[in-house]
Amino acid sequence: MAENGALRSMVTRRRLLAVVGAAGAALSKPAWAQGMVDLPLPGGPGTREITTAFPQKGPMILQRTRPPLLETPFEVFDKGVFTPNDQFYVRWHWALVPTEIDIDKFSLSVRGHVNKTLSLSLNDVLHGLPSVQLSAVNQCSGNSRGFFQPRVSGGEWANGAMGNALWTGVRLKDVLDKAGVKPGAVQVRFKGLDEPVVADAPHFMKSLDIDHARDGEVMIAYAMNGEQLPLVNGFPLRLVVPGWYATYWVKMLNDIEVLEQPDTNYWTKVAYTIPDTPHASIKPGETGVKMIPINRMVPRSFVTNVTSGSRVTAAAPTTLRGIAFGGNCGVASVDLSIDRGQSWHQTQLGKDEGKYGFRQWQTRMTLPAPGEYSVLIRCTNSNGMAQPDTPNWNPAGFMRNVMESIDIIAV
Amino acid sequence: MPLVARAATPFELKSVKANLPESDRMFPAGQGSDAINNNCLACHSAGMVLNQPVLSKQAWTAEVNKMINNYKAPIAPEDVGTIVEYLTTLKGAK
Repeated sequence: MAENGALRSMVTRRRLLAVVGAAGAALSKPAWAQGMVDLPLPGGPGTREITTAFPQKGPMILQRTRPPLLETPFEVFDKGVFTPNDQFYVRWHWALVPTEIDIDKFSLSVRGHVNKTLSLSLNDVLHGLPSVQLSAVNQCSGNSRGFFQPRVSGGEWANGAMGNALWTGVRLKDVLDKAGVKPGAVQVRFKGLDEPVVADAPHFMKSLDIDHARDGEVMIAYAMNGEQLPLVNGFPLRLVVPGWYATYWVKMLNDIEVLEQPDTNYWTKVAYTIPDTPHASIKPGETGVKMIPINRMVPRSFVTNVTSGSRVTAAAPTTLRGIAFGGNCGVASVDLSIDRGQSWHQTQLGKDEGKYGFRQWQTRMTLPAPGEYSVLIRCTNSNGMAQPDTPNWNPAGFMRNVMESIDIIAV
Repeated sequence: MPLVARAATPFELKSVKANLPESDRMFPAGQGSDAINNNCLACHSAGMVLNQPVLSKQAWTAEVNKMINNYKAPIAPEDVGTIVEYLTTLKGAK
């Protein structure tokens, strides 16, 4: 047991033991579980409950109850390019998530290396600053981690730890300018209302470089898809960092601190780091790798109307459709191959709803003869970056974006 | 009759009060299950742990140490070995 604050640790531990209480029943499905899904994760376990037990949420794939990890059922992505709020994925680090928020009492602090410390009410944010809207994909750094081979520890998501929404809010730049950023500021650090159960655990905080924070696109959102944020998606305010992984999109944002020294907090310096290599990829067991904070997203594309293992008619056209996103810029093209990448056919892209959002694609595909086909889908973004044909690997299971392959049987 | 412009309805927030579900799921009974249930469920439910793939004893040791060193889990040193053995038995590389 730690010497430092030992008494506090002991008191905390006794309180924690009291919380656990009497021995529970053997493993059983809770009454509120709505059925099961089997995620096709190599080696498993892929069985997950579908839950409707979370407030303001419809059916979600349960990865963990507390703190909540809820994955979007993949069929939701076939319904359109905007992910409904009540099925938007959820990911929290710490279990003490406030469940009661009074909009008249909430305040957002802006402090640190600024001319003037601010304490903004929600009224100040909603009505005292210019409103902006932007659609952007929010994707967990570890989305698709369950497909890594060899397997790694962490949240064992399939591909549903992502979503696209139209975010309404205020520019972070305007909030920072209201406080006045002093010369010498290097970063801005963000903190929310959630807290760890253990008092001396590191509070979840993330930082952005000052120029990025003030780029005019990073925003503080108070609405998604036209409605206030569900509690578990960060009500009342969350940071939106278009084109960057969701770890930066701090939920229940209530504290903004302008820093004159680079942030050394655990969640910036140690957690959420990637190898500084192409595709953030190394060999399993490789050591001595330089690590940097995870940052921009990379292109991805998915088939949404047909599942792997489906049967179609040979020598007849079949519609395939899905979604794609460019990562930190728009989608230039989505291409399909039915011959394992020897030849590619461009698909038709749907309406452009914004460069940081999902883009729908569609094509008519004909599999010439009966047999099994591995259909490949490849997105190339507007910066010319294409999805790679081999999967990356890193110990944390971050940044997967290999071309998706779907097995289709022509009969 | 002059046309009267209708003001756009300003967006308003409503206070929220909700309940997050609890989990009563325990780690399955076995050698060391008391240690893991008593030490670990205070901070997080069992689901994410039980969804892990098969991992080596070294990997499970690293996970438990991460809980203690990075996340300040107040696990008694004498329980660490027991917890690692339990996880390696339940979900260990053979």
